[in-house]
Amino acid sequence: MNTRDDQAATRFALPEFLIGIGLLACAAVVLWQTLAIPVSPLYSKVGPTVFPYMTAIGLAVLSLLLIVAALRGGWQPQDEKETPVDWKSMAFVVAGLIANLVLIKPLGFTAASVVMFVLICYGFGSKHPLRDALIGLVLALAAYFGFAKALGVNIGAGFIETMLGA
Amino acid sequence: MDTLSQLGNGFAVAFTPINLMWCLVGTTLGTAIGVLPGLGPALTIALLLPITYQVAPEASFILFAGIYYGAMYGGSTTSILLNTPGESATIVTALEGNKMARSGRGGAALATSAIGSFVAGIIGTAGIAFLAPVVVGFALAFGPAEYFSLMVLAFIMVSAVLGSSSVRGLTSLFVGFFLGMIGVDLQTGQPRFTFGTPELLDGVDVIIAAVGLFAVGETLYVASRRYAGKDEIVPLKGSLYMTAAEWGRSWKAWIRGAFIGFPIGALPAGGAEIPTFLSYAIEKKLSKHKEEFGTTGAIEGVAGPEAANNASAAGVLVPMLTLGLPTSATAAIMLSAFQSYGINPGPLLLTTQASLVWGLIASLFIANVILVILNLPLIGLWVRLLKIPAPQLYAGILVFATVGTYGISQSPMDLVILYLLGAAGFLMRRFDFPTAPIIIGMILGPMAETQFRRAMTISNGDWSVFYTHPLSLTLLSLALLGLLAPRIYSYIQHRRVRGPEHVPGDA
Repeated sequence: MNTRDDQAATRFALPEFLIGIGLLACAAVVLWQTLAIPVSPLYSKVGPTVFPYMTAIGLAVLSLLLIVAALRGGWQPQDEKETPVDWKSMAFVVAGLIANLVLIKPLGFTAASVVMFVLICYGFGSKHPLRDALIGLVLALAAYFGFAKALGVNIGAGFIETMLGA
Repeated sequence: MDTLSQLGNGFAVAFTPINLMWCLVGTTLGTAIGVLPGLGPALTIALLLPITYQVAPEASFILFAGIYYGAMYGGSTTSILLNTPGESATIVTALEGNKMARSGRGGAALATSAIGSFVAGIIGTAGIAFLAPVVVGFALAFGPAEYFSLMVLAFIMVSAVLGSSSVRGLTSLFVGFFLGMIGVDLQTGQPRFTFGTPELLDGVDVIIAAVGLFAVGETLYVASRRYAGKDEIVPLKGSLYMTAAEWGRSWKAWIRGAFIGFPIGALPAGGAEIPTFLSYAIEKKLSKHKEEFGTTGAIEGVAGPEAANNASAAGVLVPMLTLGLPTSATAAIMLSAFQSYGINPGPLLLTTQASLVWGLIASLFIANVILVILNLPLIGLWVRLLKIPAPQLYAGILVFATVGTYGISQSPMDLVILYLLGAAGFLMRRFDFPTAPIIIGMILGPMAETQFRRAMTISNGDWSVFYTHPLSLTLLSLALLGLLAPRIYSYIQHRRVRGPEHVPGDA
């Protein structure tokens, strides 16, 4: 942040630096994948690669600017810096998401959703997993029969859905 | 008088029982998601996009527009009673509104924001009806080069000029471009950025991007700062009826707010932050009760910004309906609904889809009437929604996020992309990157590319088309000005002041 030069804020900010590096890597991937797009000579002037090249260059320039900003002390808002991440809470939410991803094929949407629902509620500090499971079940069934059927969306049926004759 | 007769036809479309029903469903749902923290109109419309395969275009756009307007009304309730602005546009409402609620005048604050939203919504919707044909008149003269330049201007305004940092805003936009390019190139049939996975040939669905950034990202963010202090709901006190003095202080603020909000919203820059802050500053300057600002809460400070917010929300629909140019995440997702019907958004929309566009505009008038009823006499119902505990609320949001994502093609791959985007959304919140430019870049990027290639094909690969056409040159110069002017200005200020006090940082 160039405006805090006067203060002692010129220290190096690692998280912001990593974000900059990560974006630079993304720009490199865009460039590499753009080189892999075969171009027919018919479209040589304004083919499918012109815009990707522009995006890669733009992203590279922007990530360099971000890296410079990180070297000058970063830009994360003070409020965010002072709030510690509640890792335990996040871990349960992430566990819920992964459980959903792993279980949705074998068990079907409703069962996977109930597992996810309970884990996320627990992560957010709810201390009644059984009650949450019941709420999750009602909500997932409502989502399945109401939302998905009304929208004509086909979501994976599992043993609960087949039991209920869907 | 053509506008009035067209609008008459529009009301004939909107007043059919089935469309009235969609309008009622949309406004009710919109108010609910506006009230609930963690849910917004962009996410809700994205989740409901599959409805476009089921019903007529009129019905789904009336539904979406009802959600869009409803969320504006509902959002102010949360700002006033909870002091948690759901969107950046309601920050100002929370400023004075929450102070009013704390000093026992919550009822009057809710009333002035609901009635102000109504007044501004009607003025804004009338503005759409009269401005849209005028803009179309101009837009018909646009060629691909002009369109491309206009989009560049919109890109710069949306990501670089509005928001806290132009570099971070543009970074979000370019990431959006990249996401938008994944899949088969429509002009040549070449796959791009699919990394050899067949699932990516169709591209990343905008539903996944919106749900990942707004639902998964938001849930992770809220979970990560669970101990960062809880907001308390201020119990609703005070009569919902405003006194004569409160009416007297409100009505001018509504009108001023509406006339500030609509034109700024209708510019190809969009954004509700500038008009709401502008209206707040003006009301504070003109008020005879300056001592109430920031202490007990001034009613003008709620009435003006809330009107400006709703009028600018209406204004955003002008470039979307006339130019196919979305300037907010919600408008971008609505635009993708046009694409899912195979309707080409652009200046011809008003003539080729007259009953759709005018029916939509007419339904917006009806939506405002329904919304003022939903949000005044029935306010107690919405306040109760605020009491849904956070664990079940966020877990429930993710159940619906799964329906919306997994329902697209029953592919776990989509869930993986969803979670990756959710992680990105979390980091973006934590490190102050705006998320809306990603959605806008994803939808508008491919459209800009099409126009760019069209212009270059017509000119035989000659780049000069973009600066030899006077209109295109003007638009590009404006974009450059938007990008550079704030920097030059702050540089001059910096030279002049030479002190520790400057405008907040930019990186």
